[in-house]
Amino acid sequence: MRLNPDNFGARLVRLAAFMAAAVLLSGCDLQDMYRQPKTEPYMSSPVFADGTSARPLEADTVARGHLRTNEVFYTGKLNGKEVDALPFPVTKAVLLRGQGRFDIFCSPCHDRAGNGNGMIVQRGYRRPPPYHTPQMRAMALGHFFDVISNGFGVMPDYAAQIPVEDRWAIAAYVRTLQFSQYAPLADVPAGERQKLKEAAK
Amino acid sequence: MAQLFHPSANAIAKVTIFGGAFIVAGLVWAAAELYRSPYVTRAGDPISQPVPFSHKHHVSDDGIDCRYCHTSVENSSFAGLPPTKTCMNCHSILWLDSPMLEPVRKSFQTGEPIHWTRVNYVPQFVFFNHSIHVNKGVGCTTCHGPVGEMPLTWQAETLHMRWCLGCHEHPEKFVRPVGEVFNPDWKPPADQLDRGRKLVEQNHIQKLNDCYTCHR
Ligand code: HEC
Ligand code: HEC
Ligand code: HEC
Ligand code: HEC
Ligand code: HEC
Ligand code: HEC
Repeated sequence: MRLNPDNFGARLVRLAAFMAAAVLLSGCDLQDMYRQPKTEPYMSSPVFADGTSARPLEADTVARGHLRTNEVFYTGKLNGKEVDALPFPVTKAVLLRGQGRFDIFCSPCHDRAGNGNGMIVQRGYRRPPPYHTPQMRAMALGHFFDVISNGFGVMPDYAAQIPVEDRWAIAAYVRTLQFSQYAPLADVPAGERQKLKEAAK
Repeated sequence: MAQLFHPSANAIAKVTIFGGAFIVAGLVWAAAELYRSPYVTRAGDPISQPVPFSHKHHVSDDGIDCRYCHTSVENSSFAGLPPTKTCMNCHSILWLDSPMLEPVRKSFQTGEPIHWTRVNYVPQFVFFNHSIHVNKGVGCTTCHGPVGEMPLTWQAETLHMRWCLGCHEHPEKFVRPVGEVFNPDWKPPADQLDRGRKLVEQNHIQKLNDCYTCHR
């Protein structure tokens, strides 16, 4: 088959026009897709005066599923008195979780052993008391929970950073740290005791 | 009729035509390189911020964990940015009079958030999720570079599709033990490939390169 040169030229022009249009249109589409009319977390918004798209909860409202009826779980208190037990069973997983969260949120000031000489303290923050004084050892677990939730003295609260369940896990881990400094020899497995005695010499 | 063109013109014409093709190819290549270059992707450029926040000081010098500030990175698609209250945990006492921290104090008093400038972003037609990466052993520094050394944060990688796919097709080259994900100083060991393969098996890491993984 021979090509009719006129026809061929016209087709070429049409093809070129089509391709140009396709490129231009897809260009537009892509631009729209890059920035879609939706907001993502932390995006600013011109609609509200404070410039954020995320809205704070209205005063005196409760979101579905966020009603806090369990007094012990959410306040660490029963009838206004601090409880000295976790509101759920303490397992090894809970303690490990507590250790991880303690190292993230508390060790900057209290250090990993709870002596109160963390890095931020070394940089000039007020030094917290060590966890290993008789007063601290006598404190109820509910008190640790309360300190994390509401702060204490100059210590800031961690309510926004740590979910409720993790606060309990941390409270349990603080108690573990306290035990760790006063463990009696009888708690050490028989085979290991001799080693400890030798190390202490 | 006299010849209009000397026979040597053929050679010149050929050179011009082929040369043209090379020039076009060269231009396309240059454009592609430019598209991937830091100049266009902003990778490597420290971004100026309303407060000169330094990861170098807070992460490397003071040893604060990423999750102290980026609290949602383990369980949501977004890593999250710290609210002003988080800064005030320490700066209500430390550096209280520093003029550098004036915007932080002002934000805390008025309740108006600090307007951080975004450093990393992918277009909105791309679905990205932090938690899956973090929980399967892809470390922060694999994607964000040496954050602990940044006095001002910069984007470390192009974040182009080919970069994502480079890892999705060969995760064994990049993954680390899950416990090391937040360690800003982690470096791949010499036998990364062997260890990586074991981790891929152990953590059931799949090769996700279907389009709908990221475009949904
Ligand atoms: C920014 C530093 C800082 C961080 C982080 C911090 N604390 Fe404290 N904490 C302090 C200081 C300072 C005190 C002493 C407060 C005072 O006496 O005014 C204190 C006191 C305490 C006390 C004793 C309260 C009492 O009744 O005497 C407990 C318990 C405690 N912190 C637990 C925690 C736990 C748990 C965390 C982690 C969730 C934590 N802290 C994180 C600085 C910190
Ligand atoms: C003391 C709080 C704090 C800690 C700890 C912290 N960051 Fe940040 N991070 C910030 C703030 C504030 C910003 C926003 C300003 C900026 O971009 O530098 C930010 C921004 C970032 C960004 C850029 C966000 C964007 O806009 O794309 C990345 C990536 C990042 N952080 C990673 C990390 C990693 C990884 C770690 C742990 C090694 C870490 N951060 C620890 C406070 C913190
Ligand atoms: C856990 C404690 C802590 C938190 C939380 C914290 N900082 Fe700091 N910040 C410090 C310490 C300690 C220094 C002193 C740095 C040094 O000398 O190593 C500092 C120094 C600074 C400086 C002085 C300049 C510099 O880097 O030396 C700025 C600015 C600053 N912080 C901003 C912020 C902002 C913004 C936030 C909130 C996103 C924040 N900080 C959260 C502890 C903290
Ligand atoms: C697989 C690569 C990858 C890993 C691993 C990763 N990030 Fe990101 N990060 C990104 C991408 C891509 C964006 C941009 C997301 C967007 O535009 O929606 C981002 C954005 C961010 C932001 C800005 C806010 C947000 O959530 O979009 C912060 C902060 C951040 N990352 C911190 C971290 C921290 C901390 C870690 C480690 C725990 C981490 N990232 C691990 C790729 C990664
Ligand atoms: C360094 C390695 C690495 C890089 C870079 C990386 N990814 Fe991934 N990605 C992974 C791994 C590993 C998984 C988990 C695979 C699995 O589920 O077993 C994953 C999973 C995902 C998922 C699946 C989430 C889900 O809910 O199904 C998405 C979406 C994703 N990545 C998007 C991206 C995007 C977009 C980028 C580039 C901006 C990117 N990734 C860059 C390693 C990476
Ligand atoms: C691992 C995640 C991932 C997968 C899988 C993926 N993409 Fe992408 N894609 C991206 C990212 C990230 C971008 C944005 C690149 C940029 O910023 O320019 C993108 C951009 C694109 C674009 C826009 C053109 C461009 O380069 O900007 C097209 C078209 C596209 N992808 C098609 C596909 C197709 C077709 C597939 C399946 C074969 C696919 N993608 C699979 C992450 C992915």
